[in-house]
Amino acid sequence: MYRYDEFDHDFVQARVAEFSDQVARRLAGEITEDQFRPLRLMNGVYLQLHAYMLRIAVPYGTLNSKQLRMLGHIARKYDKGYGHFTTRQNIQFNWPALSDIPAILADLASVEMHAIQTSGNCIRNVTADHFAGAAADEVADPRPYAEILRQWSSVHPEFSFLPRKFKIAVTGAERDRAAIQTHDIGLHLKKNAAGELGFAVYVGGGQGRTPMIAKKIRDFLPEADLLSYCTAILRVYNLYGRRDNKYKARIKILVHETGVEEITRQVEAEWQELKDADLKLPEADIRAIDAYFAPPALTDRPEGDEAVKLARLDSKSFSEWLDQNVVTHRHPDYAAVTISLKGIGEAPGDASDSQMEAIADLAEKYAFDELRVSHEQNLILPHVARADLKAVYDALVDIGLATANSNLITDIISCPGLDYCALATARSIPVAQEISLRFASLDRQREIGELKLKISGCINACGHHHVGHIGILGVEKKGAELYQVTLGGSADENTSVGEIIGRGFSSAEITDAIEQIVETYLGLRLDRNEKFIDAYRRVGPAPFKEALYAGEAKAA
Amino acid sequence: MKVLTANRLADGEAVWYANGGWAETIDHADVAHDKGAEDRLEAIGATAYANNEVVDVNLIDVTVANGVVEPVRLREKIRAAGPTNRNDLGKQARPEAARAA
Repeated sequence: MYRYDEFDHDFVQARVAEFSDQVARRLAGEITEDQFRPLRLMNGVYLQLHAYMLRIAVPYGTLNSKQLRMLGHIARKYDKGYGHFTTRQNIQFNWPALSDIPAILADLASVEMHAIQTSGNCIRNVTADHFAGAAADEVADPRPYAEILRQWSSVHPEFSFLPRKFKIAVTGAERDRAAIQTHDIGLHLKKNAAGELGFAVYVGGGQGRTPMIAKKIRDFLPEADLLSYCTAILRVYNLYGRRDNKYKARIKILVHETGVEEITRQVEAEWQELKDADLKLPEADIRAIDAYFAPPALTDRPEGDEAVKLARLDSKSFSEWLDQNVVTHRHPDYAAVTISLKGIGEAPGDASDSQMEAIADLAEKYAFDELRVSHEQNLILPHVARADLKAVYDALVDIGLATANSNLITDIISCPGLDYCALATARSIPVAQEISLRFASLDRQREIGELKLKISGCINACGHHHVGHIGILGVEKKGAELYQVTLGGSADENTSVGEIIGRGFSSAEITDAIEQIVETYLGLRLDRNEKFIDAYRRVGPAPFKEALYAGEAKAA
Repeated sequence: MKVLTANRLADGEAVWYANGGWAETIDHADVAHDKGAEDRLEAIGATAYANNEVVDVNLIDVTVANGVVEPVRLREKIRAAGPTNRNDLGKQARPEAARAA
């Protein structure tokens, strides 16, 4: 895992000192809120409904146990005993006092963490496949490139005041688990015919009020050109991106309005000026960063097969968890484990202080001290010997985190919604909880199969509803919450934006409507192997509309 | 009818203007029944903002039934009580709120 060098340490410490001084001056009344707001946002401090909110960066979702333990400590000491993991692979605390934030940032700096660029019109936390370095299907670990992008983009003088925020994601596998096509820049790390590493480059994806799927503007960019090419994209965006209208300021609008051919031409022209200059990445520098992400020394543990087989026979619940939450590792004796933060009826993505500490202990004991935050709001132990899976499972049972629902209908992405968020127009968490309780039966969930349900409490789409197989968008209509349903969205290598199925549903109706949609799917799928998204793509919205609204038409 | 609300600068606590100060619960907030009273509350809010006591100052719509001040919008109801999925957090979790309920 990446370790701060002297420069990183100095940089983060200097920022803590600078922001601590700004907070002190604000509390003393020496600077106004208008002056302070942009400064606090640059350091991840928002003001929400009940209190301030602090968003802490977890670069490409990678944590070690010491860091997770520190997050647990912060939750207990400065907050209300829990934190919320987000779709940007970050964590948010919902209740910190402004006056405590300097102390929190100092604690974070002591474990090489910070909250820099978790807000503002800059390049945000770069995200990556949460199974990076472990997945059997990746060509190379995408995180070294995410780290190179992090170093390049941190307080980048040219790109700190962009027209709007800017998000980059990197995947190293054909199977896209990082949702790269919903990002401002999506990078797909791959090898060319000569076996050299490079990237397919996608630009102009995004969600929010105007969802757009990113366009591929280059099929293969040599790895050495990563920064010069990204700089070219950012320059074109910085120059031509709209600053007159906040809602049209993202690069997706520029790409859409300019056209992909013309944008590609502009980027390539800009790149010609840059590609052979000082942004070209020296091979030695790339390999030096690579070395930080060298996989742990995975010794052979062939006893795992027999251990897993026996434990399966012994425990049905372990067996189900294994089927659902454990995925193949590139080393046959190991596996990657998803720790579901989607307990039945719980708030998606929340973990308590003691849970964080217990998970940190597990990572230390069984997973080479490595953890990941997934954009689906779960935690991952990327390298666990199969021989240790039962021990990990038992420990997760003890802390209430052994829910075997990864990729099932209760593995819901949800934004905080109106229960916390100042921008929200409707609640998200209670809707997620009610749906989770309705589909609590694991047998039923497994019968339904893979189904990605995503909920946002406003049009900004933090809950990724546009790319949910089933998406729910909460809005306010005539003073009441109303939930619009979209179907057919997807955020993988076949990204699609869901279609609104019809009139919205009240909070009392929404769970029934979701159940109706699921039952309709079960009734029309070809067989158990046809997933919800595949069935929807085959039959389209008509059967679902019929099921949801036919009664109304007849009544009218 | 409106009341004046904000978040306290130092800790972000949601507060309402009541009896010449900022209270941590909405219960006894000063209610403006007419435009003149609203203007007075607005001026108080502007002063408190300028004095760096509070941020995000707003006049919000309320109803009063049996002496109980109740926000009209769900957003403000949640601000006044706490997250609806966590009764153990926010104003609703406080002993005085539990007694009142």
